[in-house]
Amino acid sequence: MRSDILTSGPASSISGEYEWFFWTMVIVCSAVALLIAIILIYSMIRFHRKRDNQMGSQRQLNIPLEVTWTVVPFFAFMGMFAYGSKLYFDIERPPDNAVPIYVVGKQWMWKLQHPDGQREINELHVPVNQPVKLTMVSQDVIHSFFVPDFRIKQDVLPGRYTSIWFEATRAGKYHLFCAEYCGAKHSGMIGWIYAMEPHDYQAWLADGGAEGSLAAQGEKLFHQYACANCHHFDDAGRCPNLRNLYGRPVELNTGDTVIADDSYIRESILDPRAKVVNGYQAIMPTFQGQLSEEQVVDLISFIRAIGPRTGVEQHSNPGTVPKEYGSHKGIAGPGSSGIAGSKPETR
Amino acid sequence: MQAATSLVPKNYLTEKQGILSWLFTTDHKRIGILYTGSITAFFFLGGFFALLMRLELLTPETNLVQAETYNKLFTMHGIIMVWFFLIPSIPNTLGNFFIPMAIGAKDLAFPKLNLLSWYVFMLGAGITIYALCRGGVDTGWTFYTPFSTSYSTTYVVAAAIGILVNGFSSIATGLNFIVTIHKMRAPGLTWFRLPIFCWSMYATSMILVLATPVLAITLLMVAVERLAQVGIFDPALGGDPVLFQHMFWFYSHPAVYIMVLPGMAVVSEIIPAFSRKPLFGYKAVAFSSIAIAVLGFFVWGHHMFVAGTSVYSAMTFSLLSYFIAVPSAIKVFNWTATVYGGAVSWDTPMLYAVGFIGLFTIGGMTGLFLAALGLDVHVTDTYFVIAHFHYIMVGGTVMAYLGGVHYWWPKISGKMYPEGIARLSAATVFLGFNLTFFPQFILGYLGMPRRYAAYPPEFHMLNVLSTAGASILAVGYVMPLFYLLWSWKYGPAAGPNPWRATGLEWKTESPPPKHNFEVTPVVTYGAYDYEALKEELQLVS
Repeated sequence: MRSDILTSGPASSISGEYEWFFWTMVIVCSAVALLIAIILIYSMIRFHRKRDNQMGSQRQLNIPLEVTWTVVPFFAFMGMFAYGSKLYFDIERPPDNAVPIYVVGKQWMWKLQHPDGQREINELHVPVNQPVKLTMVSQDVIHSFFVPDFRIKQDVLPGRYTSIWFEATRAGKYHLFCAEYCGAKHSGMIGWIYAMEPHDYQAWLADGGAEGSLAAQGEKLFHQYACANCHHFDDAGRCPNLRNLYGRPVELNTGDTVIADDSYIRESILDPRAKVVNGYQAIMPTFQGQLSEEQVVDLISFIRAIGPRTGVEQHSNPGTVPKEYGSHKGIAGPGSSGIAGSKPETR
Repeated sequence: MQAATSLVPKNYLTEKQGILSWLFTTDHKRIGILYTGSITAFFFLGGFFALLMRLELLTPETNLVQAETYNKLFTMHGIIMVWFFLIPSIPNTLGNFFIPMAIGAKDLAFPKLNLLSWYVFMLGAGITIYALCRGGVDTGWTFYTPFSTSYSTTYVVAAAIGILVNGFSSIATGLNFIVTIHKMRAPGLTWFRLPIFCWSMYATSMILVLATPVLAITLLMVAVERLAQVGIFDPALGGDPVLFQHMFWFYSHPAVYIMVLPGMAVVSEIIPAFSRKPLFGYKAVAFSSIAIAVLGFFVWGHHMFVAGTSVYSAMTFSLLSYFIAVPSAIKVFNWTATVYGGAVSWDTPMLYAVGFIGLFTIGGMTGLFLAALGLDVHVTDTYFVIAHFHYIMVGGTVMAYLGGVHYWWPKISGKMYPEGIARLSAATVFLGFNLTFFPQFILGYLGMPRRYAAYPPEFHMLNVLSTAGASILAVGYVMPLFYLLWSWKYGPAAGPNPWRATGLEWKTESPPPKHNFEVTPVVTYGAYDYEALKEELQLVS
């Protein structure tokens, strides 16, 4: 199957389960609706009034019947609830090996960033049979990332990350819609997902030269905005050590503990006083208004890159001068300039 | 001739004449008619917007109107239909007219408050029409932030104030109904002898009084953020956009039941009357109305399953949404069981009522899909949702409203409507409705998002079907307007009880005298008790 041909029909790892549940519901509900319709129409005909002064039977209560049609639907509904929740967990919980992709929505376009630096507008190229996790934020109003054939949808909020994941199972070209009304050109905020066979995807990756990985660009920003003046890679700085921070618990001065995930790091850059690390002063200035959402994503990618590797449990070792600094895999340093993604960014 | 008319006893229509006698009336029946005139005008205005939308969607591209105009059309369609037609529809017209009559009272508890509520309603409508004439609103009827507070350049505050003002009329009406049903029942009319119409109206009134203030608070906060840049909902000002959704749906989900419980109220009267049989499972139906009113306050989160709420909060709201489906199912089964074994007529009100059961059942069952978390993810914010709530609001409430108008028309006007053309209109509405909205379920399943002025070509054919259905539906809606008005002048006299129905309202003249009953009735039997009224109604089993 070629990835440039418009495909329709369910095509993700969860869509099979979705279809099974959806059509089971259609059959069950249609059967019950049909039964009600048959009884109603039968009664209308069979008990049609024959004389103008005719009165119907005066039967008005049947307790066993009332109990039956209360209890049976209740248990059927509980089954729907349970299976619906199970499916929802599958849709909401990304697998550990999902490739992270960052999405910024704005009136009226989708900007998508790959970890290796490819940037796309209103298009997203992904390999089939590979889970992809989208971390999304809006620059203005609420949008919603909707890929019908993958059976996924997630609102994209301003000021907060939300995420969704999918694994395409069939190569092809799929609709991407904005599903939350966002203003004049809402119906123009559409795009395409290209699900590609692995070798096609590799070719696409190689073809689209990047400005360097997101982490490398984040590293540049880290110096440009003088983050490194306070955030040292040992404990000597006035601010917390960011090495090995990503994905790990952080103790706050309130006594609470939070996980240093994308949302926490974003908040700490834009609203540093919201959650201050235990033992540190709230001296960091806000970068709200100075950094774009894309630049925040670059910085997070940098912090992620100097964090523990995915799936490997590492113990932080503060006080050690980081030997790998600058040579960590994924931080390429200033890279080749070229066309980002498959389509030049038009801002 | 002069002498002959003066011999006819005066009724509420002939009691006083002239426009001022209507504008300053405190008669609940006349106020009901004032409301009926107003909401009929808004129904056709909102319907006109809907028709323009359907015509725009006849082709995939935007060509009839610009996207900006389309966005204003669906916004104004929603605002007008929800707040200026559906919410007042049955309570303020049929409820106003028939709650006092059904309980044997002379009027509502607070007749002047009742008149005030109509003026407040018209003031709110005036402000909303002002927003419309200045260029409209483009936020959607849901006013989602931060679009409505920081991005839209249209008349958001004016529309919000119009809706806020309208809310006070809802509260006044709800309060009036609650007090009336508590305090003004005729001697012998105990709670369990009340018609289900009153039970459901009581449940509706509870929601009107308790939920509407939350809407007022929410809209005020939108206005404050928009005018004064106080950060409440816009994260750029330090607010939380999802907070708005919680507050909006905390009102607007109960409001769904404000719209549909009165429909259930009407159908619960029509079905026994045209089956000549007591309502099956009276207490189950009565308590299910109360259960719906109470549970309706605890399901608002199901509008936000993909809005970034936690999975556990989503599960809670999913579970509660399934709870509320149980009382709705109970009602459908009991109505069906009432028809079984009756002496069933196929008069127009019955056709509308049976249509209501069918369409409400489809609307309710697709609600089961939307309450299932995993299924909701794909179909929410698509045409599946549009079809679902139109099956409830239009297939349900509007069918019940039209059924109720036909059922009580002989009492309201004293005349019979033409039965043949009325049956034709009921059939036209039913067919047109299904052709309009059933294809939208399929569109939604295929992934067509709502609020799209333009759409990919593969959705074309189903949209053509839907637009064709909408034009049939429009014809079905216009027909009653003409033949009902015609019959008011030219129809044959109806007499006090043309249906041989059991309610107290049928014990007095048609049209009723100003104070409804010459002598306050004393009630010795339950609602729909044909056995007790057998001789009075000249019925044989």
